[in-house]
Parts: sequence; structure tokens; C-alpha cells
Amino acid sequence: MNRFPKIVLLLIATCVFALPSSAQLKLNGAGATFPYVIYSKWFDVYHQKTGIEFNYQSIGSGGGIKQVTEGTVDFGASDAALTDEQLQNVKKKQGTEVLHIPTVMGAVVVTYNLPEVGNDLRLSSDAVAGIFLGTITNWDDAKIAASNRGKQLPDEAIIVAHRSDGSGTTNIFTDYLTKVSKEWETKVGRGTSVNWPVGLGQKGNEGVAGIVKQAPGSIGYVELAYAVKNNLSYAALENKTGNYVRPTFDAVSAAAAGALKGMPEDLRVSITNADGKDSYPISGFTWLLVYKNMKDKTKAKAMVGFLKWAMGEGQSYAKNLYYAPLPKEIIKMCDARIASIAIK
Amino acid sequence: MNSFRWRKIKSGIATSLAALCVLLAVAPLFMIFFYTLFQGISALNLDFFTQMPKPVGETGGGMANALVGSGILVGLGSLFGLPIGILAGIYLAEYGDNPFGSIVRFLTDVLSGVPSIVVGVVAYIIVVLPMKHFSALAGGVALGILMIPTVTRTSEEMIRLVPHYYREAGLALGIPQWKTTLRIILPTAMKGIATGILLAIARAAGETAPLLFTALGNRFWSTSIGQPIASLTVFIYDYAKSPFEDWIRQAWAAAFVLIAMIFLLNLIFRIVTRGRYAER
Amino acid sequence: MDIPAKLDNGRSGSEVATAPPRTPPKKRGTFRGNVGDFVFKHLTLLFAVMVFSLVFLMAYEMYSGSRLSIEKFGLSFITNTTWDPVQDEFGALPFIFGTVVSSMLALIIAVPLSVGVAMFLSEIAPIWLSRPVSYLVELLAAIPSIVYGLWGIFVMVPWIRTSLEPFLSKTLGFIPLFRGAPYGFGMLAAGFILAIMILPIITSISRDVLKAIPNLQREAALALGATKWETTRIILSSARSGIFGATLLGLGRAVGETMAVTMVIGNRPVISASLFDPGHSMASVIANEFTEATSDMYVSSLIEIALVLFFVTMVLNALARIIVWSVTRKYNVAK
Repeated sequence: MNRFPKIVLLLIATCVFALPSSAQLKLNGAGATFPYVIYSKWFDVYHQKTGIEFNYQSIGSGGGIKQVTEGTVDFGASDAALTDEQLQNVKKKQGTEVLHIPTVMGAVVVTYNLPEVGNDLRLSSDAVAGIFLGTITNWDDAKIAASNRGKQLPDEAIIVAHRSDGSGTTNIFTDYLTKVSKEWETKVGRGTSVNWPVGLGQKGNEGVAGIVKQAPGSIGYVELAYAVKNNLSYAALENKTGNYVRPTFDAVSAAAAGALKGMPEDLRVSITNADGKDSYPISGFTWLLVYKNMKDKTKAKAMVGFLKWAMGEGQSYAKNLYYAPLPKEIIKMCDARIASIAIK
Repeated sequence: MNSFRWRKIKSGIATSLAALCVLLAVAPLFMIFFYTLFQGISALNLDFFTQMPKPVGETGGGMANALVGSGILVGLGSLFGLPIGILAGIYLAEYGDNPFGSIVRFLTDVLSGVPSIVVGVVAYIIVVLPMKHFSALAGGVALGILMIPTVTRTSEEMIRLVPHYYREAGLALGIPQWKTTLRIILPTAMKGIATGILLAIARAAGETAPLLFTALGNRFWSTSIGQPIASLTVFIYDYAKSPFEDWIRQAWAAAFVLIAMIFLLNLIFRIVTRGRYAER
Repeated sequence: MDIPAKLDNGRSGSEVATAPPRTPPKKRGTFRGNVGDFVFKHLTLLFAVMVFSLVFLMAYEMYSGSRLSIEKFGLSFITNTTWDPVQDEFGALPFIFGTVVSSMLALIIAVPLSVGVAMFLSEIAPIWLSRPVSYLVELLAAIPSIVYGLWGIFVMVPWIRTSLEPFLSKTLGFIPLFRGAPYGFGMLAAGFILAIMILPIITSISRDVLKAIPNLQREAALALGATKWETTRIILSSARSGIFGATLLGLGRAVGETMAVTMVIGNRPVISASLFDPGHSMASVIANEFTEATSDMYVSSLIEIALVLFFVTMVLNALARIIVWSVTRKYNVAK
């Protein structure tokens, strides 16, 4: 009969562990990998400051939207704003609206692995579209060489890397491609998940960066932080006015400045291919998806507290981690939205 | 004579080819094991076992929460899978020589072939959706289902291996059948069953796919079964496909810990069962 | 001998001890034993029923979860190649293709190797060698899929990209199978890694089947003057169906493999003639997209893929077990 005591012990041990480890408040969130670098920093700092745990899982914007719709998380994150239909869906399933709160802006960079070339490759919008469409298959193609006179491009096959999961980064990138290439618009279109004509897929910004880092001759699209933190080269891109612009904070802010005039109240807007000679063409906002009316008011209070911190002190972390802080006007609009979250 | 020599040569060639096959088959094992060993050992330090993960892109930190998380998940899985498996195994060994028993045996074998991702989907449907969030409990259920076939089969086999005269002696002494099984047969078979359990635990500890959407993951320390929880295997997956060198280093360390533990459990199983029972 | 009626009074030990008891204790013991036996038997039966119903529960849950897409797409789900979450149009053919191709490739590589190893272990090797080698091969089976994937990404894929694919391109590049850019990641990598993963199971079952064949056959062949190889060939042909069963089991495992595959296959749902190109498999699409399937139809389609996987592996396993069981039984009875 030595089996039963073992089982009883196992049961007791599990129950002991099953008790909440502490009276700490825990919120669960999931979504975009685009802002994962800064979110993980924010949540770590905030945890040390207040003890509240924001457990964020970077499963992609698609995942964030899905889990927010199903109500399996307390908040979500996405760089693809929800469509009207998706918003309706959330309202129907959760009984409350979901708010888009922009947190930072970022640049989607075209990163590549060409040790011979160095990190100042210039790509025209035609070249980018062609590469990702599969019509340009070699690095020494004329279209790429045209904007890179003076550089020796290798005769190597281009290995394209893209997302295999539902991604806000993909959404921003394909949004840009749709605007600059008619062929892309008709063949592929924009979205969090598209039918890629060519290339290898992997999960998350991390996955795409991982492929580019590993495979010589590869090219992919990731948020700036992922490229910088891994010493990956990224290209200067041709913007709407024809200038070649590198993704810097100023370039991203310039892109946002253009969008300020037409900013809708719910803060869902795309700033790709913006006007302005210094604008970086693939810039985007990233949003936290927060329920207006959370059932658990303690969690709602914690959420509001964090958001206020993010709009204030949080913004100071952005530049160090290669994101652009929000313009003041947008922060004001965010404050208004945050105030509308029900905490009683 | 020529023909005979030729046949002997053919036989020699065949033997060499077979030996070559063995080398080719065993080579990956050594490659994987030693590569993981070298990469993992150099990355292992005290931090790995005691620290929490750091924010993305920063070096350092560890997998303390994942180690505990994996332990809890396997514990939960055992909680579900062991009682069901052992008791079903007892049924099959003691009372199972009938059509129903054969069907159950068959289904157990079938169950062992179900891909773990499919089990994960089922656990998502029956635990995560009603509960409305991800949890260690859901992960535990998935792992438990995965453990059941191994435990059932081992329990049945080990009980059957107990010599008949144990049973006969018990019954001859007037002990009712159920007591004979429980107090005499089971303890005798227990050693073998326990090592079968170890095998099932080894398998469950190495699972990743079913945890991806049941236990999800957790960057913080969590031991609550109603909350998402970190696990060694999911961390390896997240870190392995990332570009961050420190993460990749930690992934190797975790992989090393994982296979060290699994090999150890397998070794124990082998030693115990070989000693006692004849090779099948 | 008559029992004095006064025995009931006092019940002093010596009096009771000397006379045979009126009510045989056997009856009382049997009654308690009956209840205990009854309870125990039915308790264990309950758990056996739980195992029995688990399989059906799983099938049922997945069926009801995929009802939406089954009703909308019907059989075209298996033949359609478009997987478009935006338009809510789902066809699983690319994934079925990926699973089939990678598993077939794995079988082509693994089966000859496995049979060779099984042959070696059962016919050629002396006991002091075959036991440790068997053990080593079984250890391969114990390595978790995620570790295979990790090793795959950092060791196997670079090797394929820098050595194997260029070599194949140069030598066999005229065959469509070996055309295309050397990604490293792709169907070839998936096939290779699956081959390593299914090798242990095919080997151990084949070895068991070979061992089950009675020595009489070997002795008879040797007595007739056959060489080792010729004897082995005869044994192999007797074990043919058992080895086939082992192959089916290996195929079942290959079909269901998730992590190692999704880490090296390239995760793009295309049907391509070249092994160099990336692909996608049924298991890996579920792993990649399940947490983010936004629409109900999307989730339903993914669950439907899981259902298909479930049935395919079930059928493969069932067939394999039946075949292997019948082969070993044939020889056990003959013994």
C-alpha cells in the first residue's frame, strides 16, 4: 500500500503549489512582437516599482486580437488596428468596447544579411516590392544595383524571410507595399496574414530576425529594435518624395507629424508612406488593446495606473530601445481615452 | 568453389553494410547529445537555475520560473494520468481477458500514437475555453492524457509479469482477490510500474506543442494552476528561433538540462527492468 | 458429532477452540470478499472505461469544434490550396502535401537504415554488442522533439544550406526535385530530421519482429549451407509484413511530429516540386496559427486539420499494430 501515500503526498504538494504564490496582482496580456522589446522592459521596470505583474506573451498581433476577442487575456497588443468588424466582434463576445491606446511608434526596417556589402544598402520601393514578390531573385539584379552605384553586389540568390503567424508588423509592411506597388496590391494585398509569393516563414519578429541572422543572402522585415539589438544591417528606403531615408526616430516622428492632422478619435491610423521629405516610409503605431469596461475593477485600476505611467515616464525608455516616443498631441488624445476606462 | 566464395563475400558485404547502418543510425545520437552537451554546459551557470528571465534583448537572467513551471506541469499531468493509467492497467491485467479488455488495450495503443499537438487542441477546447483563460491546469490535462497510454501499458505488463504462484498463494490463504491484487501483486510489480511512470514523466517533460496554447507562458514566477505558466520546453522554442545570442545560449542550456534528466530517467528504467525481468 | 447448544454462552476460548464452529468462516469471508471484489473490479473497470472513452471524447470534441468548416467546405477542404485567413477561405492541401512529402522522404531515408540496424541487432551482433546498441537507438527516441528542432536550426540547416544543397544542385540539379535557392530551411531539412526521429521506432519494432521468428528457420537455413546473409534474407522475407507494420508506425510518428518540423520546414503553405523549397505541414500550421486564429471559421479549420491528423495517425497506428501483432502471434503460436 505504498502507492496511496505517494499519491496523497503528490496531491498535497500540488495543492500547496496551487495556492496563489502571493497576494500580488497579476494581469495577463498577449499580442504583438513588434513592441515586445520595450513592453518587456516596461513591465519589468513597473513590476519592480509597484509589484504588479503584467505577464505579456509575444504571440503576434493576430494572437493579441484573437485572445482579446475571446476574453482569455486581460489586455492585448497589436500593430494592426482592429477593423470595424473585429471591433463589433469583441463587443459582441465580451460585452464591452475595446480601446486602442498607442504606446510607441516604431519603424519596420528591411534587414538583410550581406557581409560583403555593409549596412548602407539603398532599396527603392520597386526593389522592395520586387524582392518580396519574387520577381527579383538575385542580389545583383539591375533594380537593386540602380540605387546602389559604387557597391559591388554579390551574385547570390535572395532568401526572403517573412512571418508565418498573424502579425501587425506584416500589416504595416504590406500596407506600405500596397501603397507603393500596384502589382503587390492586386496580387497580395495587405493584412496580418497574407499569401506570400515567396520566402521562408517563421513566428514572430524574433523568428524573422533569427532567419536573417543565420542565413547569408537573406532579407526580411522586422521592427528596428530587433535589427539593432542583433547587429543586423538594414536598408535606407525610398520614401514618397523620392528621398532615401534611414529609420531614425526623427524620420519616424516626421511620418507621424504628417498623420496628426487627420487623426481619428479612436486613434486607429496608418502612417506608412507618409508625406514629407524626411519621413521614413514604413513607420507605424503600436497599440495596447484595453477593455473599456473590465469586470475586475482592481485590474482595471492597475491597467489605468500602468497606462498613465507608460504615457509619462515610460516614454523615456523608448529611444534607448529604438522606438520613437509618441508626439505630445497624441499623448493628450491617449489621456482622454485612458480616462474613459471604467475603474469603478 | 568460386560460387561459394562469392556468396561468402556477399555475406561479408551485407554484414558490413548493416554495421554501417548502425553507425549512421547511432551517429546523430552522439552528434546531438555531445553538441547539446558542449553548448549547454558552457551556458549553464547558477543564474540559469536561480534567476528570472530578463527583458528582451538584455543579457543574463535565467529560467528559474520555467524549471519550476515544467515541474508543476508534469506534476499536474501525473495527478491526472497516473491514477487513471495504473487503475486501468490493473483492470487489464486482472480482469481484462475479455473482448472489452482487448478493445481497451487496442485503444490505449492507438492513443499513444495521437500527436501531442492534437492532444493540445483537445485540452484547449475542454479546459481553456470554458475557463476563459490559459492555465497550468490546461497544460497539466494535456500532459496527463499523453501519459496515460505509457502508464497503462507498463502497469499491465508489470502486473502480468508477477508469477502466478503469488496470486495462488494469496488466494489459498483465503485472502479475497482484490486484497491479493492490492496488497501482494501490486507492491511486487510496483518497482516496474514506478519506472514505467518515470518513462511517462520523461516523455511529458519533453513536450512542447500541447503547451503552446494551454499553459501559454509566463515571464514571471508563478505556481498557481489557474494562471499561465512558464515551461522549459516552450522557452527553448521561443529562444531558439530568436536572433538574440544570449537567448540562444540559454536555450542550449535548457536543452541540456532536459536531455540530461530524460536520459537519466531512461537509464534508471533500463537498469531496473533489465535486472528483474527477462528481455522481451 | 453433535455440537453442544450451550456453546454460544460465554464463548470461552477453549470451548470454542475444541469444537468446529457452527458457521464456517468461509461464508462470512466470501461475502466480504465479494463486496470488496465487486467494488475493486468495478473501480478499475471505471478507469478502463475512462481510457476507452477518452479516445471518443477527443474525436467528438474535435468534430464539434470543426463543425463550421466541415459544413462550409466539405470535401473541398482537402483539395483546395488557398489558405486565406483574410477572406475566410481555407483549403488544407498545402499542409497535407507538406506532411506527406516530408514523411515520405523520412521513410525513404529511415527504413533502409532501420532494417539494416534491426538486422544487425537481431542476426549478426553478439549479445554483448546488441544490448548496448539497442539501448543507444532507444535513447534516440527519448530525445524531445524540441531538442531535435534546436539542433536542426543551428547544426543541420546550416550544413544543408552550405554543403548538401549546393552539392545536390550541382550534381542532380537537372531533376526538379533539387532545384531552387539553397534556403537550408525547407522540405529537405524536415525530411532529414524526421528520418532521425522515426529511426528508433522502426528499428525496435523490426528487431522485435525478427526476434520473434523461431530459430528453427535460421537453423534450417544454416544446415542447408546458407551463408549468414542468405539466412538473414530468408528471415527478412518472413518478417516482411512485420517490418511493413513497423514502417507504418514510423509513418504515424512522422505525420504527427510538430516542433522539430515547424522549426526547420520554412512554414510557407505552398506546393512545390523542389525539396529545397519551404513548405508547411498539418501539425506545424496548427502550432503556428492556433493562438491567433481570429475568426470562428479560422479556428474551426485548424481544428479540422487536427481532426484529420487524429484520424490519419489512428488508422496508421491501428493498422500497424494489427499487422505486427499478427506476425508475432503467428510465430509465438508456432513456437
